[in-house]
Amino acid sequence: MRAPAGSAIVAGDTLLAVDRVSLAFGGVRALRDVSFDIRKGEIRAIIGPNGAGKTSMLNVVNGFYQPQRGSITFKGVTRAKMRPFEAARGGIARTFQNVALFKGMTVLDNIMAGRTLKMHRGFFWQLMRYGPALAEEVEHRRRVEDIIDFLQIPHIRKIPVGKLPYGLQKRVELGRALAMEPELLLLDEPMAGMNLEEKEDMSRFVIDVNNHYGTTIALIEHDMGVVMDLSDRIVVLDHGVKIADGTPPEVQGDQTVIDAYLGVAH
Amino acid sequence: MFATRAAIRHKDLGIWQAWTWRDVRDEVVAFSIGLAELGLGRGDRFAVIGRNKPRLYWAMCAGQALGAVPVPLYADSVADEMAFVLAHAEVKLAVVEDQEQVDKILSIKDKLAALTHIVYDESRGLRDYDRAQLTAIDDVQRLGREALARDATRMTWWEAEVAAGKGSDLAIILYTSGTTGRPKGVMLSHDNVLISARNGNAYDRLDVNEEVIAYLPLAWVGDHIFSYAQSYDAGFCVNCPEAPETVVEDRREIGTTYAFAPPRIYENLITVTMVRMEDASALKRRMFHFFIGVARRWGEKILNKERVPVYARLLYWLGELLVYGPLKNRFGLSRIRVAYTAGEAIGPEIFRFFRALGINLKQLYGATEASVYITAQPDGEIYADTVGKPNIDVEVKVTDDGEVLFRSPGVFLGYYKDPEKTAETKTPDGWVRSGDAGFFDPKTGHLKIIDRAKDVGRLNDGTLFAPKYIENKLKFYPNIKEAVALGDKRDFVCVMVNIDMTAVGSWAERNNVVYGSYQELAANPAVYDMIERHIEEVNRSLLLEGLMGATQIRRFLVLHKELDADDGELTRTLKVRRGFIAERYAPLLKALYDGSREADIATEVTFEDGRKGTIAARVKIRDIKPADVSRVEKAA
Repeated sequence: MRAPAGSAIVAGDTLLAVDRVSLAFGGVRALRDVSFDIRKGEIRAIIGPNGAGKTSMLNVVNGFYQPQRGSITFKGVTRAKMRPFEAARGGIARTFQNVALFKGMTVLDNIMAGRTLKMHRGFFWQLMRYGPALAEEVEHRRRVEDIIDFLQIPHIRKIPVGKLPYGLQKRVELGRALAMEPELLLLDEPMAGMNLEEKEDMSRFVIDVNNHYGTTIALIEHDMGVVMDLSDRIVVLDHGVKIADGTPPEVQGDQTVIDAYLGVAH
Repeated sequence: MFATRAAIRHKDLGIWQAWTWRDVRDEVVAFSIGLAELGLGRGDRFAVIGRNKPRLYWAMCAGQALGAVPVPLYADSVADEMAFVLAHAEVKLAVVEDQEQVDKILSIKDKLAALTHIVYDESRGLRDYDRAQLTAIDDVQRLGREALARDATRMTWWEAEVAAGKGSDLAIILYTSGTTGRPKGVMLSHDNVLISARNGNAYDRLDVNEEVIAYLPLAWVGDHIFSYAQSYDAGFCVNCPEAPETVVEDRREIGTTYAFAPPRIYENLITVTMVRMEDASALKRRMFHFFIGVARRWGEKILNKERVPVYARLLYWLGELLVYGPLKNRFGLSRIRVAYTAGEAIGPEIFRFFRALGINLKQLYGATEASVYITAQPDGEIYADTVGKPNIDVEVKVTDDGEVLFRSPGVFLGYYKDPEKTAETKTPDGWVRSGDAGFFDPKTGHLKIIDRAKDVGRLNDGTLFAPKYIENKLKFYPNIKEAVALGDKRDFVCVMVNIDMTAVGSWAERNNVVYGSYQELAANPAVYDMIERHIEEVNRSLLLEGLMGATQIRRFLVLHKELDADDGELTRTLKVRRGFIAERYAPLLKALYDGSREADIATEVTFEDGRKGTIAARVKIRDIKPADVSRVEKAA
């Protein structure tokens, strides 16, 4: 998959930077002055105990939530807040903590849905399914088949998603996000609720996506083993505040992180 | 006439991609010369590891053109198992499918002194690997094409290489999985393979119009003959499925005309069908059972072109319309002309089920050492309990102690680097000991196989005990996936059962039985009750058959884990390794015979990624009251 045109950012450069972002819901301060960056081509993990603000952070990045303070710089453009469609057009795709697929539609259709933004012909043309619109659909289908092959799910291509086990649904969701050909992929607990084997499969796919498509990945995950193995760099949040940021060994040895996870005697 | 016909297809990215015979020639020539550039030459062995992919079949052909000898391996073998074969065959080069196989080879590379190159098909995940010994098939073919473009004499050289090969030359080494001990390398010559393939085609009048689907392991002699040699001889098209899980769907799309499978595949089709029917609406279920009844009664007779009453024909015709046709379409067997089952004895009920549907399922008896064909059932002479008559050019005889011997043009050259074993198996005048016990049925003139010669045992009171016979009866029940019968040198017969997760899982769902794992489900008393009923039925049927009546099952248990090839409990072709199991589950075996009600067992298991773990369980044992004559007669 190609990176969207006009992107001059090369691997290692900052793709997205969050600068002193604060987010509050009434009196609840979900994020307080959080700053961190995501470099192109890396796998970046966001970890922290329950309620630390991890999902809020992802929601700010792709425009679901609008922060009260701070700014977001994506591909060199600084904004006070991201809007969901700007994020999507700009090449940010995500998966959700609880699977958010069209249960009654087949795997194929669900992943095709991820191509919506890439379709150029209007509603009328698509309704006709003729000429240029058909040619376009064939091309989209080719891309989708490539993803189906990549995720090793050809055997469930025509099966409604609702009938599939949870682990496979998660994989389909990843497929739909990949169909957008994202530059930045946000994964919200991609391995939650999985058994060991499913986790290992999913980890493999995350690495392969990063490796094969060159997609930058930011993921939230609770399984420390997985996080330490997968990520290049980790940011740790606790009660809406960033308490650590660095490579896996650095974070692992950080006393504040250990305290946040294990609790401290008062 | 062949040039523009499809030779091989592969479903990739959701579409059937086809190559004509002309395309295949181009691909193979480029591949072959590319391999020569990498240093492969006459007499060298090279490994072929992966699932059924066009390029892996081409690899075999490309190597053979140079006089090199392919050694196909089971793709799901773990690295340790591969290490033995690869080292024993001293392979110079390995052609593999993907990263998984590359990883396995790299992990055992120290043991493979002769290995110079790994050639792979799919590049996914291999980007950051050390390139020194890794080459993509694409690049090998490019090497070949460049060499051809640079030097026009390369083509004449290649043709001369092909011509230099003789029929008596070693064509392939197939390592048999072996129910005991280390695998043995069966050496087959070009003559062995080609003459057998040609005779096989002649026997069933197979021609260029057949369609087959290639989904069995490349390392199995069956696949090598059916999906490779016979296709090259007759010119028919071989179809490679998209993924192992899509075989049934892919077969349906292709509509195969000639099929070959071990009994397990057919058993599985029935299990899936029965499970689905349990979930179907009442009307459909009744229709299904009614017409299956009709088929069981008349189908086989109609298929054998016997005389049947008109109303039976009408009913069968209606059944074809409503049930058999759609079912065969689901199985992908609508267009089937000849379907073989081989590799193991098939349960008579399973066999008759397919025959009843109008599928020309036949039994074949073969061996790697015979390039498959020993005996097969001719059309119209089909019996559930025989394996047929000797194939073209094959001689078969039975020794005084019951062992089957054969001699044919397909008889192997010998075991690779093992003259001792060769001498044990093959006599100087070309007869091969099959290791199977059998006899010629005086009524039909067909060969009947009872069991492996060494597996047939006797109970302490001298009664003949054929474990496989009992196991097969049990395995017909969709709820039972695998059974191990024990009784040799014992007072009575016991069985260990593996439940079928699909069938029993679906039953549990319908009956609100809650379970968290295979182990929990297997230990459920309701599951025990169900298995007990099945065994009682088997006992009754054993009794009715007289000869085996004394070997009724007295005690049984349901194993806490599925028997698995990764743990060495099944062979790679999924045959039960009885001896190994008896050793591994010794505490259970002891409990079965000392009258205990339960026993503790801890077994080491190997996960798919090669790591090991332990499963511990307390397994319950139940007694079965043997069926007696009076009760059976009442029931009948």
